[in-house]
Amino acid sequence: MMMQATSATTSAMFEALRQKLGSQVQSVRADREDEIYLLLSDPDIRPLTQHLRDEFGARLVTVFAEDRRAAKGVFFNYYVFEQKDSAPYLIVQAPVQSDSLEFPALSAQLPAVNWQEREIQDWFGLKAVGHPNPRRVALHDNWPDVYPLRKDFALETMLPPFEGERHIYRPALGEGVFQVPVGPVHAGIIEPGHFNFAVAGEPILYLQLRMFYTHKGTEKLFEKLPVHKAVFLAESISGDSSFSHGTAFCQAIERAANIEVPLRGLAMRTILLELERLCNHVGDIGAIATDVGFVIANAHASRLKEMMVTLNEQLTGSRLLRGMVCVGGVRRGWDQAQLDILLNAVDSFAREFQDLISLIDRSESTRDRLEQTGVLRPDKARDLGIVGVGGRASGVDLDVRRDHPYAAYSRYPFRVPVYQAGDVWHRMQVRIDEVNESIGIVRKAMADGLRREFRVPVPAIPSDRCALSAVEGWRGEIIHWIRTGPDNHLERCKIKDPSLNNWPALVEAVQGNIIADFPVINKSFNLSYSGTDR
Amino acid sequence: MFKILQKTLSTGTVTVNYPAQPARISDRFRGRPSFDFEKWKDARPAAEVCPTGAISLSDKGDSRRVTVDYGLCVFCGLCAEASSDQAVHITQEFELATAERSNLVLTAEYALNADRIHDGLRRVDRHVVKAETDVESLGQKARGTIHKILGRSLAIREVDAGSCNGCELEIVALNNPIYDIERFGIHFVASPRHADMLLVSGPVTRNMELALLKTHRAMAEPKVVVAVGACGISGGIFGENYASLGGVDKVLPVDVYIPGCPPRPQALLQGILLALGRLAERLHNDRAG
Repeated sequence: MMMQATSATTSAMFEALRQKLGSQVQSVRADREDEIYLLLSDPDIRPLTQHLRDEFGARLVTVFAEDRRAAKGVFFNYYVFEQKDSAPYLIVQAPVQSDSLEFPALSAQLPAVNWQEREIQDWFGLKAVGHPNPRRVALHDNWPDVYPLRKDFALETMLPPFEGERHIYRPALGEGVFQVPVGPVHAGIIEPGHFNFAVAGEPILYLQLRMFYTHKGTEKLFEKLPVHKAVFLAESISGDSSFSHGTAFCQAIERAANIEVPLRGLAMRTILLELERLCNHVGDIGAIATDVGFVIANAHASRLKEMMVTLNEQLTGSRLLRGMVCVGGVRRGWDQAQLDILLNAVDSFAREFQDLISLIDRSESTRDRLEQTGVLRPDKARDLGIVGVGGRASGVDLDVRRDHPYAAYSRYPFRVPVYQAGDVWHRMQVRIDEVNESIGIVRKAMADGLRREFRVPVPAIPSDRCALSAVEGWRGEIIHWIRTGPDNHLERCKIKDPSLNNWPALVEAVQGNIIADFPVINKSFNLSYSGTDR
Repeated sequence: MFKILQKTLSTGTVTVNYPAQPARISDRFRGRPSFDFEKWKDARPAAEVCPTGAISLSDKGDSRRVTVDYGLCVFCGLCAEASSDQAVHITQEFELATAERSNLVLTAEYALNADRIHDGLRRVDRHVVKAETDVESLGQKARGTIHKILGRSLAIREVDAGSCNGCELEIVALNNPIYDIERFGIHFVASPRHADMLLVSGPVTRNMELALLKTHRAMAEPKVVVAVGACGISGGIFGENYASLGGVDKVLPVDVYIPGCPPRPQALLQGILLALGRLAERLHNDRAG
C-alpha cells in the first residue's frame, strides 16, 4: 500500500482504505513520491491507526497540530506513519472542529504519543479526550491558560508573573519507600530537567520526569523569521545536533520549493553529518566510562572529541558546524588543503579510536558495570516507539539514512548495527560500530567533495506548500515538517527531535537499577532537553 | 594497566598554555566581525541578512544610525558576505568578554544621499570591544588571586537557564585535558552553596526563571554572575517572547558578559578570569569595610 506513490498506487490505496474505513477517508494526494497525504473527515484516528499497525506494521513517527482556522475553519492534527522497507511517509490529516476543540486521544492504545498529544493540548488548546494523563506538559502547571501556537496568539506576548499551581508528583507509598527529587539544576554541567525517583533502599521503583524547562517558543518563532534566518534558529534547536537540525530544516524548504542540491553540496552535508556523529559518539563513550569511574578513558575520549571539534572549525569556521548549511546546499566549498586536513584528521582519529576502544575492552570492571545495567527490552522499545541509538541497542532496526535516504547516503553503502540486550553496554557498542561506519562513509564521500557546484541559487519560496524532512541525527530520527507562507516565511514548522520519543525509554530502563547507576543509564541515552522542550 | 600507562605516556602532555601563550586557532574560525565605518557605503545588506538583528538601522530624514551589538551576534559571517563594499571583515578575535553591556555596542551615524547610500560618516562611537585587560596578565593575576584570597580555589556553579546546550558543550570542554581549567584552581561544583561564581547560559525561559533565582539566592556572598553566549547576554536568536525572558540580566545582576555562539573555551576562560577580578575587588572591599 505505502509503496511508490504513483497516481495508480495512491488511488488503489484510497480504494482499499475507503473499503475498510468507509467515508471517513476523504481523499489521498501525493505531494511528492515519498510523501503521501490522507485526509480524514473527522478527528478519530484510532481505527485507521489500528488498521495501519495490524495490516502493514506501520509505525507512528510523530503527531502534531496546526491552526488552519483562517484558511479552512478548523484545526488539523497530523499523524505521520512509516512502514518498514517502504520509502514514503504517510501523513494523515484529521480536522479538529474549532467549536468542539476535541479529538480522541491515541495515547491509551499508543503510549508513545503521550507527551506529543499533551503538547497539542497545551499549545493549541485542543482537548485529547480519553488521555490517561491529560495534565500540562509543555507549559508548566503555573502558566495561565494561553495557547501559544494558535494564530491569534502573538509571539511577543508578555505574560504576567505566574501565580498558578505547583506540579504534583504521583505519590510513592509503602514502608521504606521514599522520593528523591533531582533538578532542574543538576550537579553536573547539563541541561535542566526534573527527575523524581521513588526508591526502596537503593533500587529505583519508579521515575517521574518533568521536562520543558527550556521551552523557549522555538516553533512559534519559526513562523516569524524569514527562511534564511530561520536556518540559524534550526541550528539552535539542540546545540550538539546543530548540523543535523540545520540540514533537516534546509531539506524541508528544498522539498517544498523543488530545489535540487548539487552532488558536491550533498556529499559535503553527508560528511558533516557524519562528523557530528563522530564527535558526539566519542564524547558519549568517554562520558559513559567516566560514570563508572574509568576516568582515563574519558581523558582520551575528550581529547579525541576536541580533535574532531577542531576539525569542524577548519571545515566550517565553527566548532559546532554552525553557519555552513544553507537552503540550496552549503555556504562554502572546500579547497584541497581542507580536504587534506580532513583526510589526515579522520585517519588519526580512526587510529586513536581503536586504542580507546581496546582500553575499554580490556577493562573487565567497566564491562561488568555496563552489562545488564539499564536494560530496555526490545518489546518495550517497540511499544514505546524508541528510535536512534537507544532503539538500535534494543533491536529496533531503524535508520533514516538507510530507510529514507537523503543527502548523498545512497551512494555510500554502510551497515546499521543492531543489538538486542538493550543495556548500557550495547548502547555503547552501537556507538562504537557507528563510529567505524561513519569513518567509512566520510572516506567514501570525500571522492565527491571536490566536484564543482556546492550550492544552487534559491528562488522565492512558493507559498502554501507542505514538506516533511527526515534526518538521522546522531541521536536518531529528526523530523521537520513545514507549511510555507508568503514572502519567504513559514506558516508552521514542526520540530521532532528523537529525544521526544526516547525519554520514556529512560523511565523504563532505570526501573530496578540502583540510583547510583542513574547517571550512566541517563548518559547512555544522552537525550537533548532543548530538542525536547524547544 | 600497562596498556593504560603506555597510552598515557605515549600521548604526552596535550594541555595548551593559553592565556600565557596566544591561542592557536584555525584561520577559518569566524570571530568578531569588524566594521570599517569610513569605508562602509551601505549598511542595509548586512542588516537585512543578520539573523539576530545584531546589525540594525534607523533612518531619520537624511541621516542613518547604525547599531552593531556583539551581544546579539552569532558570528555567522553573513554580514561580510552581504556587504559588497569590503567594509565588513570577519576577524579571528574572540576575547570579547566585558563587564559592561554597553561595551558590546557600536553606533555610527551617516548622512544619506538620495539613494539611501551613506554620504559621509557623521559620528562613530567605538569605545569598544577589545579585551578589557590583557589576557595574559589576567591569567597571572588569576593565579595570584585564587591562591591568596580564595584559598587556592574558585568554585563555579553552572546553570543552563534555557540554552540549546551549545554553551554547555564548550563549558564542558574547559574540563578536558586540552583546556584543563583546573590548572588555575578553578573548578565546577555541584551545589550553589559551594560556589563563588554563577555561570549562566540563556535565554532565561519562563520555566527556568524560578530555578535560576533560587540557585543564585543559595550562593554565599560575595558572588559574581557571568552571562554566557549571545542568548545569555541578550536572548540571542530567541530574543524575548512568551516563553523567553531574554538575557540573564533581565533576572539577575550580571558582572561579566561573554559573547559567542557559543563562546569557544578560550573565550570562556577569558571571561571567567575577568569576573575573577571583580570577585577579588569585592572580597577586598568586604575586608576593608
